Amino acid sequence: MNETNHPNGADPATAETDAYVQIRGLHTVLNGKVIFDGIDLDIPRGKITAIMGPSGTGKTTLLRHITGQLDADAGAIRVDGRNVPDLSRNQLFDLRERIGYLFQNSALLTDFSVFENVAFPLRQHLRLPEEIVRNIVLTRLQAVGLRGAAELMPAELSGGMARRVALARAIIRDPGLMIYDEPFVGLDPIALNQVLKLIRTLNDTLGITSILVAHEFAAVRRAADHVYLIAGGKVAAQGHPDELAERDSPWTRQFFGGEADGPVPFQYPARDYAVDLGFPAGVA
Amino acid sequence: MNNARRPSMIGDALAQVGAAGLFLFAILAAIPKSLRHFRETLRQIWFVGAMSLVIIMTCGLFVGMVLSLQLYYTLAKFGGTAALGTVVALSLFRELGPVVTALLFAGRAGTSMTAEIGLMRATDQLSAMEMMAVDPLSYVVAPRFIAGIVAMPLLACIFNALGILGAHLVGVSWLGLDNGTFWGNMTANVDVWTDLVNGVWKSTAFGAVIALIATFQGYTTPPTSEGVAYATTRTVVSSSIVVLALDFVMTAFLM
Repeated sequence: MNETNHPNGADPATAETDAYVQIRGLHTVLNGKVIFDGIDLDIPRGKITAIMGPSGTGKTTLLRHITGQLDADAGAIRVDGRNVPDLSRNQLFDLRERIGYLFQNSALLTDFSVFENVAFPLRQHLRLPEEIVRNIVLTRLQAVGLRGAAELMPAELSGGMARRVALARAIIRDPGLMIYDEPFVGLDPIALNQVLKLIRTLNDTLGITSILVAHEFAAVRRAADHVYLIAGGKVAAQGHPDELAERDSPWTRQFFGGEADGPVPFQYPARDYAVDLGFPAGVA
Repeated sequence: MNNARRPSMIGDALAQVGAAGLFLFAILAAIPKSLRHFRETLRQIWFVGAMSLVIIMTCGLFVGMVLSLQLYYTLAKFGGTAALGTVVALSLFRELGPVVTALLFAGRAGTSMTAEIGLMRATDQLSAMEMMAVDPLSYVVAPRFIAGIVAMPLLACIFNALGILGAHLVGVSWLGLDNGTFWGNMTANVDVWTDLVNGVWKSTAFGAVIALIATFQGYTTPPTSEGVAYATTRTVVSSSIVVLALDFVMTAFLM
């Protein structure tokens, strides 16, 4: 079923040395459900890699493994040459100082204004003059189109605006690795386009390595250099987005074509529908 | 057949105590780093201390008034109303001040600590801090723990002062006890070190215990609205029980 070119999912073209994130033999079981069944993947340095897959397939869990928020049952997760499961809490925090993370639900600090949210990482880690902090924060807010909202509180923002503020906060320290967990959810077409451009610009100008978890294939196709499609605990397919879109396999056809029938079941495992409705089995 | 045994309530409680003990060590280890966030600690002292003043002062006044009224009629039966000031002061300083303040503090400040940290957990704010390489234990938990330790004895002293004032209003201004007798007997028979300071020690310990329970419950709550609600309830229930039990133990040692 695996459509990858490599038996373990990792592309030999992305050699060990140029992978910013390298995952080998990742096994994860959560609440008795197998999330990852020995997957391997490489996130090439300086590229945008998209992780796609059906809901509940473990995309956010994978990001949590990469950032050391969640321990895996087995496997190696190397980020910038360091094996995350072996790191102490202090070493993990050192690593995270070089990672920007955009949370699915924005996770803004509700007691702080937009300005203070974006300034938070700077204030916590660097002793900078207030004028410089202000300029950096306003520059980032300008990039996401919210410089005018600097004094608003998170409760006054729409979901899309909150996401853009969270993006400004995530990139405030020019991270080496940028992780976007569903960055396009709740954005109107104008904001989506700008955020897409921003992700691409960060990658092109600063050489930031990016991991992008998203469901919007059209947006991913414009931004990503490489796509991993994860399903059933394994890497189901991988490659350049254009190549994947044209690949004639049940996985890509179903996922990118949005078909209900295919290797990924639309229905959560359940008893017979007819039996649940009170009819003899097989009637419905 | 499932042979797994359902953990008993006692087993669960002991596991919670163990986890809270480990959490205490984690907080103590985070305190040196939290000194970098001194302004946050001051903000928390203001929030749990100054913002609790109204309820503490009001309750202190009424507790003193009731105590004075009850004791006056009891002492009158033995012709001992002159001892009213002494008995009120000893009751307040040694027991009622620290204990009642602690129970009020658990309800007013402890619940807000739990709910705030629990909501931060539920909305991924704590995870966001961790991802920004900011330790929530030193930025969120430790300042609240320190605030509890600093604010509780101050609030207990204010409770005591208002209690004495309430007792004076009832005993002297209303029931007609001599003002000089009230103050004279009190100052002659109440010892600062054995009575007042012991009460301060007690309230400091109560502040630490309540802040520990409140932050532990908030930090470990399931990230759901129901989880936060249960955690807040557990803070009040656990704090009240632990404060009363600890009060007995400390009284036995400090007598």
